Amino acid sequence: MGQATEDLSIRGRVWFEQLAQGGAPVAGLAESVLASDLRMGTREARIIAVVPDPGNPFPRAARGEFGLLEGWNVAKAVTDAVAADLNAPVKRALVAIVDIPSQAYGRREEAYGIHLALAASGGAYAAARMAGHPVVALIVGKAMSGGFLAHGYQANRIIALDDPGVVIHAMNRAAAARITLRSVADLEVLAAKVPPMAYDVRHFSTLGLLWRLIQVGDPQHPSAQDLALVRQTLLEALDDIERVPFRSRLEAPNRAASAAVRARLREEWQ
Amino acid sequence: MDTSQLLKTVSFIEMGARERAFALLDPGSGHELIGPFERMKSPWLEPQGIAAQADDGVVVAKGSIGGQPAVVLAIEGSFQGGSLGEVGGAKIAGSLELAAEDNRRGVPTRAVLLLETGGVRLQEANLGLAAIAEIHAAIADLRRHQPVVAVVAGTVGCFGGMSVAAALCSYLVVTREARVGLNGPQVIEQEAGIEEYDSRDRPFIWSLSGGEQRFRTGLADRYVEDDAAGIAATVRELFAQGVPAQHRDQRIGEFLDLLARVDTARQPDGAYARAAFGKGN
Repeated sequence: MGQATEDLSIRGRVWFEQLAQGGAPVAGLAESVLASDLRMGTREARIIAVVPDPGNPFPRAARGEFGLLEGWNVAKAVTDAVAADLNAPVKRALVAIVDIPSQAYGRREEAYGIHLALAASGGAYAAARMAGHPVVALIVGKAMSGGFLAHGYQANRIIALDDPGVVIHAMNRAAAARITLRSVADLEVLAAKVPPMAYDVRHFSTLGLLWRLIQVGDPQHPSAQDLALVRQTLLEALDDIERVPFRSRLEAPNRAASAAVRARLREEWQ
Repeated sequence: MDTSQLLKTVSFIEMGARERAFALLDPGSGHELIGPFERMKSPWLEPQGIAAQADDGVVVAKGSIGGQPAVVLAIEGSFQGGSLGEVGGAKIAGSLELAAEDNRRGVPTRAVLLLETGGVRLQEANLGLAAIAEIHAAIADLRRHQPVVAVVAGTVGCFGGMSVAAALCSYLVVTREARVGLNGPQVIEQEAGIEEYDSRDRPFIWSLSGGEQRFRTGLADRYVEDDAAGIAATVRELFAQGVPAQHRDQRIGEFLDLLARVDTARQPDGAYARAAFGKGN
C-alpha cells in the first residue's frame, strides 16, 4: 500500500511558512489548505499550500493527499482572491506551493465526486490566470498526477527545486508497474531511456514544461540563502509573466510531436 | 421504449470512436482532421515494444451541429484502454485551443468530447499528464464562449485526469453503461485495500460511479439511453441551452456545504451518497 509506510512530507508546510512569513493568513479554509496574503516585491500575492492533516475528516486524505476538501478549499482560496480583485487595476499573484504525494484514493472520494473537486481547483486557477492574475507553481516535493493537475499545472510558470526529493509523475512507481504489468525494475529501465516516463526532475526538465529548475542547499530546512534565492526566482517569474503572459511549453525536442500535431491541425482546420 | 422503437435504435456504445464522432455531426457536414492516413503515431510506444496506432486512438471530426460549426473529439476506448498519450492528447488540446481561437474572431465553434478513457497513458506518463493539463486549460477557455459537452457512453468509462476534464465541461451526458470517477477500481483497491474498494464487485462499482448514480447525485446533467440518434439530439439540446450561468465546478459554496453535512466516519454506499447529494430523487 504504497505510501503508507513513508513519513509525512514536511516540505509543503516548511516552504509555505517561510515564504508566507509576515503575511495575513486566510481564514475559513480546511486545516489541510494553507493560504496567506502578502506583498511580493511590488505586487500583492496569495500563497497556497496543501499539507498533511492527520485529523482530516476524510481519512484517505490525511497524509497530504489531494482529496475532496483540498479541491474545494483550494478553489475557494483562489476564487475569493479573484472576486476580491475584480475591480483592482493590478491583480494579485497566486503562488501554489506543490508537495502532493498523490490524489486521495478511497470510496468516500469516488462517492462524493473527487473528480469534480479537482476540476474546481484546477478550473479556479485557470480562471484566475485568464482574469489576469499571474499564477506561479513552486514544486518543492512531490507533484503527483491529479494532485498536480488540480494544484500547480494551470500556472503561467512552473518552477521546481532541483533535488532528488522532487518527483513529478502520473502515478507512483509501484502502482504504475502493476497497472502496466511490469516489474518496478523493468519500469526503472524504461524510465531511464524514455524521457516522459522518468520520475526525476532533471529528466522532467527536458520536456520543456518547467520555466526554471533551481538548486537550494536544503529543501527540507531551507537556509536564509535558499529562501532568498526562491523569493528572487518567484519575483523574476512574476516579471516574466508581466512581459509575456503565456510562454509556449511546446518548444522542447521531447515535445516535438505536441507541436507538430498542433501545426497540422491548424493547417487542416478550415 | 417499445419493441418497434428498440428495433430502430442504433447502439452508440457498439460504435467505434470514428463512427460515434460522425453520428453527432450534421449528416454530410463532417471531415476528419489528422486522420489515420497521416500516420501521426505516438513516438513513444514502439521503442517500448508496443504497437502504435495510426490515429493514436483519438478522432478529430469537424463539421456542424445544428448548423453551427463544431468539432467532435472522440477517444477510442479499444486502443490502449483509451489512454491519452502525447499525440492523442495534443489532438484534443489543440482542437479545443483552435475552437476558442475561432470564437475570439467571431466564429462560434463548439466542441463535444466523447470520453472512453483510463486517463494518462502510463507509457507516456508525463507527456500524457501535460496534455491533460492543456486540455483542462482549453476547456476552461472555450466554455467562456460556448458550451462544451462531454458524453461518456461506456463501456470503458472516464477516469483519471480526463474525469476532471469531463467535470470541467458545461454539460455531462451519461448512459447506464458509463462510469465516471477519478481513480479506477483496481488502483483504489491496490492503494487502499479491498475493504475500501473491491475492484471485482461490479454492482458495487456501478452503484458509486455508474452513469445513473452520477446523474442522481447531481454530477451529470443527462442520463440517456444507448441510442445514437437520441444522444445526438441530446447534444443539440444542450448546445441550445447555451453556457450555464455557473459551471458545476464553480458552485464552491454549495459543494462545501454538502461535504460538511456528510458523515465522514461512514463508508458510503450508493444510497447514502444519493441521500447526501441527490435532490430527493
